[in-house]
Order: sequence, then structure tokens, then C-alpha cells
Amino acid sequence: MTIVPPADVLGYRIGPDYWWVILVKAVIIVLFLATAAAYSTYAERKVAAHIQLRIGPNRVGPIGLLQPAADAVKLLFKENVAPAGRDRLLYLIAPGFAAAAAIFAFAVIPVNGTQTVDGYQLHWDIAHLNVGLLYILAVTSLGVYAIFLGGWSANSKYSLLGALRSSAQLISYEMAVAFALMGAIILSQSLDLEQIVNAQHHVWFVLLQPLGFLLYYLGALAETNRLPFDLPEAETELVAGYHTEYSGMRFGFYFLGEYINMVTVSAIATTLFLGGWLPLPIIDRLWFIPGWIWFLGKVTLLIFVMMWVRWTLPRLRYDRLMNLGWKVMLPLGLLNIAITGAVVAVKAST
Amino acid sequence: MVIEIVKGMAFTLRQLFRKPITLQWPEEQKPAPARHRGRHILHRYDNGLERCIGCELCSGACPVGCIYVEPAENDPANPVSPGERYARRYEINLMRCIFCGYCAEACPTEAITLGPRFELADYRRERTVATKEDLLEAWPNFAAARGPNPRGAGADQRGQAARAPGVSPRLAWDEDELIRREGGERTVPGNAGLAPHVPSVAEPRHHKRDR
Ligand code: SF4
Ligand code: SF4
Repeated sequence: MTIVPPADVLGYRIGPDYWWVILVKAVIIVLFLATAAAYSTYAERKVAAHIQLRIGPNRVGPIGLLQPAADAVKLLFKENVAPAGRDRLLYLIAPGFAAAAAIFAFAVIPVNGTQTVDGYQLHWDIAHLNVGLLYILAVTSLGVYAIFLGGWSANSKYSLLGALRSSAQLISYEMAVAFALMGAIILSQSLDLEQIVNAQHHVWFVLLQPLGFLLYYLGALAETNRLPFDLPEAETELVAGYHTEYSGMRFGFYFLGEYINMVTVSAIATTLFLGGWLPLPIIDRLWFIPGWIWFLGKVTLLIFVMMWVRWTLPRLRYDRLMNLGWKVMLPLGLLNIAITGAVVAVKAST
Repeated sequence: MVIEIVKGMAFTLRQLFRKPITLQWPEEQKPAPARHRGRHILHRYDNGLERCIGCELCSGACPVGCIYVEPAENDPANPVSPGERYARRYEINLMRCIFCGYCAEACPTEAITLGPRFELADYRRERTVATKEDLLEAWPNFAAARGPNPRGAGADQRGQAARAPGVSPRLAWDEDELIRREGGERTVPGNAGLAPHVPSVAEPRHHKRDR
């Protein structure tokens, strides 16, 4: 790609570090995520419908494509019913957290390889951190605050139970997720996401780390509260869990957060295990397709699998969920690290 | 456990590529079963006289009391029904009706039956009370299409003439559908309710759309 933008725009030289470049990238990413989340809800409904031999939304716009817009309008015009005994401040800001935590993580995800434009390095992530992965692990943990504060501040037993479950679940799975990612770090010898992707030029880490990928994906399902791990909002037991007492657009924010989170964890999985923006390693001819299309394609695939899983598997019982997290996934994650570390060490010494 | 999960995933993936069985109502309609209990029909005799004699038995039989009948004396020179009296007003509150069919059972002249029509929602409460005009078989459309069957040839629920003369309207609807589906023969008039195969919702596998 040879885009040569003007060297001087409003007196600012183009480059990765100028604030307006970052601003533009940030706006694009936020808009993209909001749209992607909205259309994920549409896709989810379509996938669900077709799995159940139904048709799904098809009345608003051609094949129902304007359904997310209609939903947004509906949510905006809905009355915000709020419980009287709520903690006003926390109740108000908790839904924002849900969306924010998911969006934050996207700041360091490289959507495409670094390009040299007019002598400057143009990074395709918003903030180019050399400890990007660490940052991701840190900010995705913030999501639990949204859930816990939402459940706590509403002053309702179902919300609180959902919030408690969720906190326990997220904390147990965070560990397994972090261990699952460790393998990729060992292989690429870096925490920098761009370098991790570049290390996958010849073979994607999903082939070297199948266990790590599986563990991460399961953990991601648990962290995004998706079936079969959607205990925090188990409808049959807890009405709607932590967001029982939310309505209107505030509920919409939780919803948005959940779907943005899906996009984010899929993006992380893509970056760490599916070679990010890199095309299929074996077929050289596919290099002409721009990297970000590869990236989006892989993310879409992973999101689809999440939906597919949701409409296939039933919810786990709570104790089994905990057992799976602590007694199965955590040891397997440790095993994965040990094996990967040993193999890398042996290879380095020979 | 893993095998079961894989099996399940494979199954849902296969489902994903099967043709949906949804009917796009109201563009696509499924015929009501032959004995469907939808909105009522007030029938006529072949000569156009109303069957209802205003006896109010239906009203009495109705468990929720949603039928209102106001009888009046027939003018012998110009009778509305063959009996002494006829129903001047005949109203059914469809919001209350539980579609039990007791009214049809109670009626001595088989004047009232439950028909195939089920699209009864409305924006105004008043309009959910079916009046005699709503319920009565159309005339003279009915006359043009009437056949030899005394059990009530006539217009179907949409006010159109029945296309199968001699078959009572609610059966006629099924009859047409049956012919279209099976490419078979019309059943003899009066026997339509005993059609050899009436497709039902409970058997989606025999449904044509399901290849
Ligand atoms: S169907 Fe039952 S409830 Fe309805 S009008 Fe007849 S008797 Fe009354
Ligand atoms: S519909 Fe039948 S039962 Fe009811 S008033 Fe008329 S004749 Fe009598």
C-alpha cells in the first residue's frame, strides 16, 4: 500500500506519535467497535434463528440489516426504570465501565502490520506499547467492576447474586487465561503484540499451542459471560443477573459491552494464536489481500464460533464451572507453560 | 463429554444450512386445520334465510357469557329466519370468548359454528366485538356459490364465495389447500371433514417446504 499523505497537515507532521493521528485512530476504532457490536447482535440472532430452523430478523431493512438501528432507537426511547434504593453514582457509571473495559483493550491490538509512510512508521494500533499483552490482561480485568458495581449498586438480591457469581467466575478464569497466553509469549519472546504476530510468519501459534488456544478460548467465553459459562446472568435462576435492574439505554450499554468484549477477546485470540493480520502461511498468493481484512476475517470467524457454541451447549452448573476453572484449566495451563518452556529451552541449547 | 460436545456442534452446524421452516405470516399462510375453532360464523339456509332463530341457547351455554342475542318476531310476509323469531342483534365479545365451541354444540339449528379465522387482533377494543354483520355468511355472494349441501355452503371467512360448491365454508378452505398439496381428488361434499390426510402443525417432517 502506498498511501502518501501530506507531510504537513495543520502544521503537524504525520507520524505515530502525533496526538491527532492517535485521535483519528481512536475515533475509528470506537466507531468500528460500536458498529461491530451492534451487528454482532444482529448476527447472533440470525445464527440462533438458522440453527433453530427459523429465519431471524428480516423486517427492518433488507434481510433485517437495519435491525440494530431499530433496537438502538427502541432502547433510547425506553423508560429508565431504576430501583429506589440504589447507589446513585455507582448505578449510573457501572454500565459505562462495561463498554469501556472492552474498548480499552483494543487500544493496543495491531490491526495491520506497521507501514512506512513518508519516512514515518505508521502503526495500526492506537498506542504502541511494548508490553501490550500485559496491558490487555490488566484492563480486561476491569470488566468485573462493571458487573460487580452494577449488581451491588442496584440493591437487589438477583443482581447481587449475579454479581457475586460473576466476580468469582472472572477471577478464576483470569488466571487460566493468563497462563494460556504465556505459551505465546514464550514462543515469541516478547510482550509486544506486533512482535508476537510477526513471530507467526511461518506457522501460526494455534498449531504450536493448540492447548493454549483452547484454554484461552474457553476462558474468553467465561470472561465474556457467554454460554456455556453465562452464570452471572443465568436467566432461569437469576432473572437477568447483574443487570436485572437496568433498563433502557443503560441496559443497552451492558449489552454493548458484552458484544464489544466478544470482539475484543476474539481480536486477542486472533493476534496471539491466529497470526493477526498475516495471511495463510502456506499460500503465498493471498498476500495481496490487505492485512486488516485478514484480521477482521479471523475475528469474525471466532465470533461466529462463540455464537455457534452458545446455541449448542447448555449452561454449566456453578460448582462444575469452578471445578473446570481451578482443577482442569489451571493445571493444563501450567502444563502447557512447562512443556513450551522445556521445548524452547532445549531448542535454544542445541 | 468431548464426543458429545462435538456431536452437538456438528448437529447445530448442519441445522444452520437447512432450510428454515418458518412461514412468513401474513404473506404466507398455513391453512387452519379442518376443525379449527376460530372466529364464529352464522350460517344461512340455501334459500338465504338465516338459520338462527334467536333462541339464546348459545348465550346460555357460553361459559363466559360473551354472546348477546336480541331476538325479535319474524314478519310472516318477509321472514328473516324460518322460525317464529330471529336474532335482531347478535354479538360476540371476542376478547372474552375462549373458543370452547359450546355455543355451536348448544345451537338447535346449527346456526353458529366456529370457523378458521384466527387473525382477530385489533387496535380498538370496540372492534373486537363481532356483530351480526361480521359473523353472518355473505349474501348474495353465498347464493351464487351455494350448492346442494344443506350444512351451509357459502362464503368463506374473508367474505369471498366458496370455491367448492356444496362444502361448508370452513371445510372448503381446507379442501382447496388439500387439493393444492396432494394433487388429489376433492372429497365428496359432506365428507370433507373426513379428508384422508389433513396436515397438521405437529408433523413438520411431512411438510412440503421441508423438502
Ligand atoms: S366458543 Fe365458547 S366462549 Fe366463545 S362464544 Fe361460544 S360458548 Fe362462548
Ligand atoms: S345461534 Fe343458535 S343457539 Fe344461538 S340464538 Fe341462534 S339459534 Fe339459538
